[in-house]
Amino acid sequence: MKKEREEDFENNLTGEEDNHQEENSKRSWFKRRKKGILTSTADKKETPEGLWNKCPNCNHITTTKELKEELFVCVKCNYHHRIGSEEYYEIIFDNSEYTELFDNIRSIDFLHFTDLKPYQKRLDEIHSKTDLKDSMRVAVGEINGEKMVVACMDFEFIGGSLGSVMGEKFSRAVDYCIEHKLPYLVISKSGGARMMESAFSLMQLAKTSGKLSQLSDAKLPYISMLTDPTFGGISASFGMLGDLNIAEPGALIGFAGPRVIKETIKKDLPEGFQRSEFLLEHGFLDFIVDRKQLKDKLHQLILLFRN
Amino acid sequence: MPQYPNRQFLDFEQPIKTLYEEIEKLKQTAEKSKIDMSDSIQKLQDAIVEKRKEITDNLTPWQRVQLSRHPDRPYTLKYIEKIFTNFVELHGDRNVRDDKAMIGGFAQLNGETVMVIGQQKGINTKARQLRNFGMANPEGYRKALRLMRLAEKFNKPVITFVDTPGAYPGLEAEERGQGEAIARNIYEMVRLKVPVIIVVIGEGASGGALGIGVGDKTLMMENTWYTVISPESCSSILWRSWDKKEIAAEQLRLTAKDMHGFGLVDEIVPEPIGGAHWDYDEASAILKSCIERNLTELKELDAQKRVEMRIDKYCKMGHWEELMADASMAV
Ligand SMILES: [Zn+2]
Repeated sequence: MKKEREEDFENNLTGEEDNHQEENSKRSWFKRRKKGILTSTADKKETPEGLWNKCPNCNHITTTKELKEELFVCVKCNYHHRIGSEEYYEIIFDNSEYTELFDNIRSIDFLHFTDLKPYQKRLDEIHSKTDLKDSMRVAVGEINGEKMVVACMDFEFIGGSLGSVMGEKFSRAVDYCIEHKLPYLVISKSGGARMMESAFSLMQLAKTSGKLSQLSDAKLPYISMLTDPTFGGISASFGMLGDLNIAEPGALIGFAGPRVIKETIKKDLPEGFQRSEFLLEHGFLDFIVDRKQLKDKLHQLILLFRN
Repeated sequence: MPQYPNRQFLDFEQPIKTLYEEIEKLKQTAEKSKIDMSDSIQKLQDAIVEKRKEITDNLTPWQRVQLSRHPDRPYTLKYIEKIFTNFVELHGDRNVRDDKAMIGGFAQLNGETVMVIGQQKGINTKARQLRNFGMANPEGYRKALRLMRLAEKFNKPVITFVDTPGAYPGLEAEERGQGEAIARNIYEMVRLKVPVIIVVIGEGASGGALGIGVGDKTLMMENTWYTVISPESCSSILWRSWDKKEIAAEQLRLTAKDMHGFGLVDEIVPEPIGGAHWDYDEASAILKSCIERNLTELKELDAQKRVEMRIDKYCKMGHWEELMADASMAV
């Protein structure tokens, strides 16, 4: 990566709409998931090809349509744009066909948690704006003809945060894998635990680990794929517990966020710190995979585990 | 245990300090005037106990957090000294180094060997540095895991003491895989074949706490807190200010009473009047009897059953809403 991007995923964990322009351009294709007609932010020009996008890493300008054809990878610098579950499912499943599982589970504000806004209000607002029910979706489909269960996070839903719903969907996905003898892939993209669910979020680390223990006893492969960004409770649980841990290039991955570390050690962080390449070098990843190779690589792995 | 005048008082404990000062004055007067003041002194001493009770009966969640961090509060090694015999500390993760923020070793509970593990805070400035304020690095979690596996091999129960403001957020900690270390511990603790009892004795902050905090029974001492993030960090992220820690502490519902009410911990361990820092012996005696009772129960179950029950317990944690299948389609 040529340029160190300032990362502020903590901001996403608050559940606030991000007004930062660059952030908006990164996420513009999410608007497609909005209810009703495609809506664009004020400063976006709409063309027959769709919206224009600027690469946050090299400033290369492209249309959303072109970017989509390139699987949201910058043709100039290989920057992997942040994408959601829908995009990943379209990329990895044959003919972009899949069956979504457990999509009737939604978050509730059990604790009546209120920060600058009540948690329930945040949930209602997001539910009214997008079709997403929570920060993780689960789907089953075929990858070059091989069936796999894929759980995938949506960063736009309160920073992909881990709460009761993610824990429960993760659990049911494991049960589904065991029942149907299928391998399990989890694509992580999250700032960490959902603070508005307090200790219930924390306990999801133990809950998901318990389910992974059962999956392990059933001798079914579990692949953890880490994408930009993956932090906190995710990396301190199932994110780092894959039979294989893999990552997209340049993804920021860690336990503590860069801001907290900087404040603690009172020093600047070295270039490339907490990026996928750094984790690979330090022995925490099996390999880094380009998005364009992802589908074939997964297929290859499924065969290797089985035959 | 420090005695007055070496005791430290939190701001809401100041009325107790005042009573101590009055006692001192009376003692001096008695000395000088040779008048027997023992009745008055006794009354003041009774008033101190009353005051301790009154204060802890009415604490806000944030004050409860402060109490959990009381500088005179007993730490892991103190409880080990008071509850167990024959403690042999075991060091090192066999890989990087010995993490002083995490301690552990064999000990005996009423003559039966157990493995005790816990975060350790320092009792003075120098020791606090040495113990890194109870914030373990990956090698601390890996030492804990090594000891847990040792316990499993020789069929000894594991008892952990949780007291941490969080896992250390340092550069080397990330290089050595802080997330992986905690994740691995959580995973292995879920599967551990021996009985595992967790005691939150002070601060239970997030993954740093859960990294030695998954077990068959979680006991929370009365004046402790346990949740997903410290109130200070929560304030800084969700309120974008460091000044809302009191509100964050309220909203997080992090007290023992809340956590027990939610079914996220199994038992509240009562503390001496005013908090564990008033009487280490009493605090340890109460805790010891709780540990004994739970251990006896857990030992009756066979290992596989125990692990199944452990996983089931955590699987039940969480709240969500389930839309009717056709209703969700209609939306
Ligand atoms: Zn680029």
